[in-house]
Amino acid sequence: MSSMTKLIGYVMHSSKEYVCVMQLHRHVAEEDLRRVLREFTGTIYQRPPLRSSVKRSVRRRNVYEIELLEYSGSMALMRVSCDAGTYMRKLCWDIGLMLGVGAHMRELRRIRTGPFTENLNLVRLQELSEAVYAWRSEGREDLIRRAIMPGEVLVCQMPKIVLRDTAVESIVNGAKLAAPGVAMVSNRVKKGELVALLTLKGELVAVGRSLMDYNEVLEASRGIVVEPVRVVLEPGLYPRAWKRGEQGRAP
Amino acid sequence: MKESVGVDLTGLGRRFIEGLGGLCGFEERFHVKVDEGTGEGYGWVPTMRPIAKYIEYGVVNLDKPPGPTSHEVVAWVKRLLNVQKAGHGGTLELPVF
Repeated sequence: MSSMTKLIGYVMHSSKEYVCVMQLHRHVAEEDLRRVLREFTGTIYQRPPLRSSVKRSVRRRNVYEIELLEYSGSMALMRVSCDAGTYMRKLCWDIGLMLGVGAHMRELRRIRTGPFTENLNLVRLQELSEAVYAWRSEGREDLIRRAIMPGEVLVCQMPKIVLRDTAVESIVNGAKLAAPGVAMVSNRVKKGELVALLTLKGELVAVGRSLMDYNEVLEASRGIVVEPVRVVLEPGLYPRAWKRGEQGRAP
Repeated sequence: MKESVGVDLTGLGRRFIEGLGGLCGFEERFHVKVDEGTGEGYGWVPTMRPIAKYIEYGVVNLDKPPGPTSHEVVAWVKRLLNVQKAGHGGTLELPVF
């Protein structure tokens, strides 16, 4: 909740997956439909619709996959995985244009935003409210611990670097991460890309940009490894390991 | 002392860290640079945070009902959990119009 709201942007701007029902205005052969769906896979150009919250200039978006789940009469059920900011209603409309018969979107359900799928502990409002009730009235924490996940799941798709205890508080206070502060590093860490900084206990400290590839991180004995961009962990939790008056680097 | 003495925090932390990517199909392997454990008396393994902290550092994958807006749902959840700040990162269920 409070602390993790800072990371929402990273989740919202990651890829999405939808299931959508498209109504064709006339029946076409399934092979024609499949061919056109293939044409809409890859990089596509889209102008945001009239009623949208962004500037209406043509934008490039990646469609990673369109799977035709069912096709009967003139209705097509599809699963689409794409970049954030790809308009499904527009996609259906454009597919209709390409097929020459016209089409529009009938129904839409998002099944994934970044790491959040329908399978990742999806809870209903009612379940959450019951969990809170059991906690407040009976002191039972188990339901709430099941409904709410540690915010660390937000960074499950990011490569991770684990900090030594002595480096944690200085990162929280705005320092950059230097090589001696690293305890472990994931083999997915890449120079220039986002990384999550965790404590040895697993707490998310910050999200930052890596200045090194993972093998460089492993070998480096000095130098800046990561520039934090968003600090999540609160100050004062970990012991200060640096001397008074000394600033800037960790540990 | 915030953690009970004798719990293997380093082991529990390591398990949590190594399991994180698997929650969303992200494959990674960790290499140890400095073989060092974590100390007791500060911080928590995320699953073991005391309940108020657990909520403060928590997220809910909420199945939004089709009627109310995301904004309304966030307001309800805030009141329900009595937290100052909450936000949403897009919804799974979208109203059809």
